[in-house]
Amino acid sequence: MMERLTGAERQIALMICVVMAIVGLVMAAAGHGDPMGSHGAIVLIAAGITTLFVLRAIGEPEPAEDRTVNYYDDPTKAGLVIALFWAVVGMGMGVWVAAQLAWPDLRFDAAWSSFGRIRPVHTSGVIFGFGGNALIATSYHVMQRTSRARLAGHVSPWFVLLGFNLFCIVAASGYLMGVTQSKEYAEPEWYADIWLVIVWVTYFVLYIRTLARRNEPHIYVANWYYLAFILVMAMLHIVNNLAVPASFTAAKSYSAFSGVQDAMTQWWYGHNAVAFFLTAGFLGMLYYFLPKRAERPIYSYRLSILSFWGIVFFYIWVGSHHLHYTALPQWVQTLGMTFSVMLLVPSWASAGNALMTLNGAWHKVRDDATLRFMMVAAVFYGLSTFEGSFMAVRAVNSLSHYTDWTVGHVHAGAMGWVALITFGSIYSVVPLLWKRETMYSWKLVEWHFWLALAGTVIYVFAMWNSGIIQGLMWRTYTDSGTLAYSFTDTLVAMHPYYVARACGGALFLTGAILAAYNVYMTIRHAPEKRPERDYPTSSKAAEPAVPAAE
Amino acid sequence: MDLTHELTSTVAKSFGLFYLIALSVGITVYAYWPSLGKRFEKAANSILDDEDGPCR
Ligand code: HEM
Ligand code: HEM
Repeated sequence: MMERLTGAERQIALMICVVMAIVGLVMAAAGHGDPMGSHGAIVLIAAGITTLFVLRAIGEPEPAEDRTVNYYDDPTKAGLVIALFWAVVGMGMGVWVAAQLAWPDLRFDAAWSSFGRIRPVHTSGVIFGFGGNALIATSYHVMQRTSRARLAGHVSPWFVLLGFNLFCIVAASGYLMGVTQSKEYAEPEWYADIWLVIVWVTYFVLYIRTLARRNEPHIYVANWYYLAFILVMAMLHIVNNLAVPASFTAAKSYSAFSGVQDAMTQWWYGHNAVAFFLTAGFLGMLYYFLPKRAERPIYSYRLSILSFWGIVFFYIWVGSHHLHYTALPQWVQTLGMTFSVMLLVPSWASAGNALMTLNGAWHKVRDDATLRFMMVAAVFYGLSTFEGSFMAVRAVNSLSHYTDWTVGHVHAGAMGWVALITFGSIYSVVPLLWKRETMYSWKLVEWHFWLALAGTVIYVFAMWNSGIIQGLMWRTYTDSGTLAYSFTDTLVAMHPYYVARACGGALFLTGAILAAYNVYMTIRHAPEKRPERDYPTSSKAAEPAVPAAE
Repeated sequence: MDLTHELTSTVAKSFGLFYLIALSVGITVYAYWPSLGKRFEKAANSILDDEDGPCR
């Protein structure tokens, strides 16, 4: 893969690998006896493997392609394959977590396999591993296409992709060893956080530089969403992770915030992670791949601008709805609640815009499972934002908070919206990137669609039931004013729903495995697309950019 | 000047309100500015056919 880098670029890549190896070595030596030492070893191994890849290419001749005539898609391809790998791992972990809640014996009595450790492996695995890689990969695709410009740089896209995955691996392995700074979705410790800042700033610079090369006067709206995702995540990540390491040779650190400020900072981060990671980035996907697949321009471009700014400026304020009835000042809670309700307007504007785009293409939705993935994703986006705005109302939250209702809401968004839009985008972009006629098997895509939909519906309904029962049992009093049910009573009541959730999750996981298999077979076995008359070839061989016989 | 609760909440309740109103007016004007219509339409259609490589 590195053969398409020039000699100078290969040298830069090699230098980065060497620096990384040294960093790993220092971490391993200094942090000996602490999880940080193990992480040093992981960094060292990762640097070693990357070095091998670069070394294999280093003696090869310079690439013969003309870089001005085509896009640079190698990092996109790698990112998509890695995303599918994380999908299977992360969702597999999810099924395990779900199964542990139904049958606690499935912990098998090890420390690393306890609920508190594998749960963050699931959440980080699906959000960052699966979602993050899919976002990075599709953003490379979209930024080049919409700007009609090649990526600004050939080493930096690899640095961002591989560096981000190193972060994911350090995060996941750390949880299994018990490393956490106990901030949800920001669990990794200080050194991983610093590394992510470096990667993320590179990502931002790459994006801006590519846009600066664009050959289109207007920056297409999908890019705005991707940019908001990158920029705001950087801001959130840096502020929420401000901490003082207890020692530079160990993982433990102490947050710069305490008490209610800490809680507010965490949920300012936490909800904006939902907003800018799980929503804005994926809306970027939606605004590019849905019109493209439906072969119709977005219903209202003007509405897409309005909803973009609406989403960006409302979301920033809503974090406090996670802290209703806490020590947080009442007016801050009310502020979060009000903005959450207002947020419904731009959210539904986006979902509606997507569905209106399909007006006139419903026959395609019926026939094409890929487009159907995107259509259903838009519907679930509408559903989960409606539900969220509702749950943010203080009175409703007094019932839903701490219950499985929240978990149901999370997965209506995460499975129904995030995962489905991602799978739809993957299915539409894979044949294109590997220059195949279609996916290896459209029947498997169809199977995946129904498995995913059934899995999501089972999961969400199980959690709605379980959550509301749980919430009501917690607030039922006897005539003498004592609680009617013990905590254990609620656990017994929830058990059947936990079993149902594990089954729904297993269906969803099966779908993801089918997707990974289908993509693998597409790369390996699907027939090549015959280039059309002046289709730009990848000109890897010393082909002239313009066919000579024309 | 101390950064008190009073001060921050006053700023949030006054300045915060006005800057959001100003922003929403500004953005609506931008989105519906008549002469930009063509440019938006072109952008919306531009993604339908973009596989022919950079720079055309
Ligand atoms: C195979 C499908 C999945 C299964 C079986 C599954 C299962 C679970 C389970 C059992 C929990 C813990 C709930 C609890 O603590 O009570 C959980 C939490 C979570 N999952 Fe999943 N999950 C799946 C897919 C996904 C996907 C695709 C995403 C994101 C893109 C996701 C994001 C999350 C998040 C953010 C949480 C934390 C929720 C909270 O703290 O309220 N999950 N999941
Ligand atoms: C208008 C949009 C939305 C609003 C107003 C909203 C509101 C809420 C509220 C009120 C909670 C419960 C807080 C609590 O009681 O602790 C919540 C939790 C959550 N929501 Fe949403 N939501 C929205 C959209 C989404 C979407 C689209 C997703 C995902 C893809 C999502 C993911 C989550 C997650 C992961 C949590 C759990 C956080 C945790 O406790 O770990 N939300 N949301």
